[in-house]
Amino acid sequence: MSQTVIEVRNLTKEYKDTTAVDHVSFRIEENKIYGLLGRNGAGKTTIMQMITAQLFSTSGEVRVFGEHPYENKKVIQQICFIKEGQKYPDLFTVKDVMVTASSVYPNWDAEYAKALIEVFRLPMKRLIKRLSRGMLSSVGIIVGLASRAPITIFDEPYLGLDAVARELFYDHLIEDYTENPRTIILSTHLIDEVSRLLEHLIVIDSGKILLDTDTDELRGRTHNVIGHQSAVESFIKGRDVIHLESLGSTLSATVMGRTETEVKQAAEQAGLETAPVSLQQLIVHLTKNGKVASR
Amino acid sequence: MQIADKIEDDIIEARLPEETQVPSTNQFAAFYQINPATAAKGVNLLVDQGILYKKRGIGMFVASGARERLMEKRKTEFYEQYVVAMVKEAAKLGITKDQLSEMIRRGEKD
Repeated sequence: MSQTVIEVRNLTKEYKDTTAVDHVSFRIEENKIYGLLGRNGAGKTTIMQMITAQLFSTSGEVRVFGEHPYENKKVIQQICFIKEGQKYPDLFTVKDVMVTASSVYPNWDAEYAKALIEVFRLPMKRLIKRLSRGMLSSVGIIVGLASRAPITIFDEPYLGLDAVARELFYDHLIEDYTENPRTIILSTHLIDEVSRLLEHLIVIDSGKILLDTDTDELRGRTHNVIGHQSAVESFIKGRDVIHLESLGSTLSATVMGRTETEVKQAAEQAGLETAPVSLQQLIVHLTKNGKVASR
Repeated sequence: MQIADKIEDDIIEARLPEETQVPSTNQFAAFYQINPATAAKGVNLLVDQGILYKKRGIGMFVASGARERLMEKRKTEFYEQYVVAMVKEAAKLGITKDQLSEMIRRGEKD
């Protein structure tokens, strides 16, 4: 089996009047691409900050490569955390950022960074503070990819990036990942765009884990079941229904089964139509209801 | 499994002839921008069915007779997915057998 590189147990972060992260437990396995998904304020960034030793937890445990991450150089060197709105010193140019990154990350690939700078058309000598929003995001993406860090975390990496640049990012991410497998955690709102890249999903809502599942398995388990209202209503009795929508006498139910093929087979046997559910739809429905169940 | 379907199409349409090497899982992943684990699942499905086979240290190849077997499988699926559904729908609309045959002939000309 795959090795665990991050283990989080009962992790909790409380502020004066709110609980941002509420007894969260999960494991991240080596060399997989994870999606950490959820609405704004769900607690994603707070969790990532605690994993990367940028924030203390109120209670609970974090282990990275089996060790405490806090003030642990050995661990911190192995993690590259690219966050939204990363701040750089005022007088830094693009080149300065790359030089600094090369001294921080032991696996830094300068050739690859150079190639990416051309791909994303970044002006090497320009001051970081004079870059456009999209260019600034490109800087983060290049650092994240060229760091080749065993754990690379992208937290909303593409503010201001246009569709072309996002496609470039996905292309390079998959290509480089296949050549240099490593653990990647992507946190994003653009679920449909990235869902095919993700091997495993962790969905957070209101500081709690809503879903922790293999992406393909989730796709197999969840279907829209469509048919005449009465037929669909009797089909969904006793099943895990995530969303219902009706149009005239037609009812469409988003249903999650226990096994990969169960819902589809049962629905077809009952003469009902089935359709795949997009991950984005599914997660929107789940986090809208805020329904936490043992899924 | 979409990737498996795409490889099947390539074999049926002879873009991937029998006994030729197919791209690696990683090449499929990069080309279709999908997770390599997903690509590997699709490819392994075809290996399990004997459509593709692995040569150790070299790569993956299309098996002899793969095209024929896929054609048979697809014909069965065609019957189940299209013919059965068509006959059912025709009955619902009160289309007779003769009218249905006539429609198929007309469809061939279009």
